[in-house]
Amino acid sequence: MQAKGSVFRYGDNIDTDVIIPARYLNTSDHKELAMHCMEDIDAEFITQVKQGDIIVADKNFGCGSSREHAPIAIKESGISCVIARTFARIFYRNSLNIGLPILECEEACDGIKAGDVVRVDFSTGLITNETSGKVFQSEPFPPFMQALIQAGGLAPYMVEKGEKA
Amino acid sequence: MGMTMTQKILAHHAKLDSVRVGQLIMADLDMVLGNDITAPVAINEFPKFGQKTVFDKDKVALVPDHFSPNKDIKAAQQCKALRMFAGEHGITNYFDVGQMGIEHALLPEKGLVGAGDLVIGADSHTCTYGALGAFSTGVGSTDMACGMASGQAWFKVPSAIKFNLTGKFSTHVSGKDLILHIIGMIGVDGALYQSMEYTGEGVASLTIDDRFTICNMAIEAGAKNGIFPVDDVTLAYLGEHCQRTPVIYEADSDAVYERVIDIDLSKVKSTVSFPHLPSNTRYIDEVGEIRIDQVVIGSCTNGHISDLREAAAILKGHKVAPWARCLIFPATQKIWKQAMNEGLFDIFIDSGCAVSTPTCGPCLGGHMGILAEGERAVSTTNRNFVGRMGHVKSEVYLASPSVAAASAIKGYIADPAKVQEAR
Repeated sequence: MQAKGSVFRYGDNIDTDVIIPARYLNTSDHKELAMHCMEDIDAEFITQVKQGDIIVADKNFGCGSSREHAPIAIKESGISCVIARTFARIFYRNSLNIGLPILECEEACDGIKAGDVVRVDFSTGLITNETSGKVFQSEPFPPFMQALIQAGGLAPYMVEKGEKA
Repeated sequence: MGMTMTQKILAHHAKLDSVRVGQLIMADLDMVLGNDITAPVAINEFPKFGQKTVFDKDKVALVPDHFSPNKDIKAAQQCKALRMFAGEHGITNYFDVGQMGIEHALLPEKGLVGAGDLVIGADSHTCTYGALGAFSTGVGSTDMACGMASGQAWFKVPSAIKFNLTGKFSTHVSGKDLILHIIGMIGVDGALYQSMEYTGEGVASLTIDDRFTICNMAIEAGAKNGIFPVDDVTLAYLGEHCQRTPVIYEADSDAVYERVIDIDLSKVKSTVSFPHLPSNTRYIDEVGEIRIDQVVIGSCTNGHISDLREAAAILKGHKVAPWARCLIFPATQKIWKQAMNEGLFDIFIDSGCAVSTPTCGPCLGGHMGILAEGERAVSTTNRNFVGRMGHVKSEVYLASPSVAAASAIKGYIADPAKVQEAR
């Protein structure tokens, strides 16, 4: 499984209120949420994002609320992967649970700029900056999580697990 | 190797003798919580888990508290989705408007969380119940759906920071000042993926409401949970509210902590978080002249009876500044009635405050107190991110009920000690 796209680059502590402002949480419609993704920090994002693009950010991406609407809005906007130095923990589990791949990698964050074209291989954890030619190694997911991702998220994973038991 | 209090609760609920940091476990849940924003997403996900109904109708709590009483048609649809799901599955702990309170004040008050419990909630402030010696943490809607279907959730066992408390708070200082002080010290990711475990002789002097506030904002330091040991204060609260026998866990004497932080409570001062991060803290004597438009007193962080008493003690005999608005949100119906019977509403209304029915509304810029462009609020809530309470160019300053009340009187961020001296 791979992702490839142009990079939107953000800084530290991108919180869930700027990823999807609470004023739009009176719906759980994925498309409607995506229309307002990143609105309060980058009003251009939604007009520029293309299917497959990648977000790269610094520390504590997704801090704040538990709203799953945040990774849903990002995924629905077309983003194929988020790479950050660290993620806030609820955002981290929400993303994996809904099947939005996210990776922690300090070196990649040092070596990727806005607009770079980046390729990610989720099975090996390799992140390639095709613009600069640099390659970065992120920590591959533990077996438990690989199984969850392979199943396509938490719901199918739990169903599979139940059938095996 | 010894375990922390959090690790012991997780091990027990995963039916393991011990757990180690970083271990992935599947654990049994004592309660699964959702609200009118997160539960509709979980309700949509629920059928995908292949179960006809919830794992235990007494162990799911649904509380429409965020955009209710319904703020608009879309919010009404979301609340209706909760109501219908609760009816269809016979959910015992569904609390509609009239019984509803802000979820993290309501669940302990209804006795739905006990010491030693493992609770997940699709709301980031679910970590509040650590005040009762429970492990509780915020999750998303898919985890909530999984929890409702299976009674289980996966966890990565966290390491911990130990906060060793000594001394007692001085006048006008409360739990909110302590947690803002801590977040200012360690940062908004200072406890990322970790537990914040409080201990030391200073714990005994903290009221249960102080402890709720301190655990409530663990997430603002990035933590998985905050937790207090079970003592006489906890047992007195549980004895009054929870019918179940408390299960008391204590950290092992050889438990390993990543960091130990000593705090003398007598040295903690009134603290304010400036925009736009909870970690951007200043002591009250360093704030300078900040003119404000609105004050909000309430929320899951500071809507308890002691918070309202604290605010009323400052506001008594004063008026809200003519250019400012002060909104009071008791967290539950019971707290509302108690505040009314204690005469606190007379104080609030005579000083020019508005008193609302319980709702999370203003905290997250939902309804009942939205800020216009350029407006500033002092709020006892928990987040001050860009656009949190309204316009993207508005500002939120986080503070204790005492500081918020003093600021309402002055129309500027103010030191409660100085307002009282001037009377």
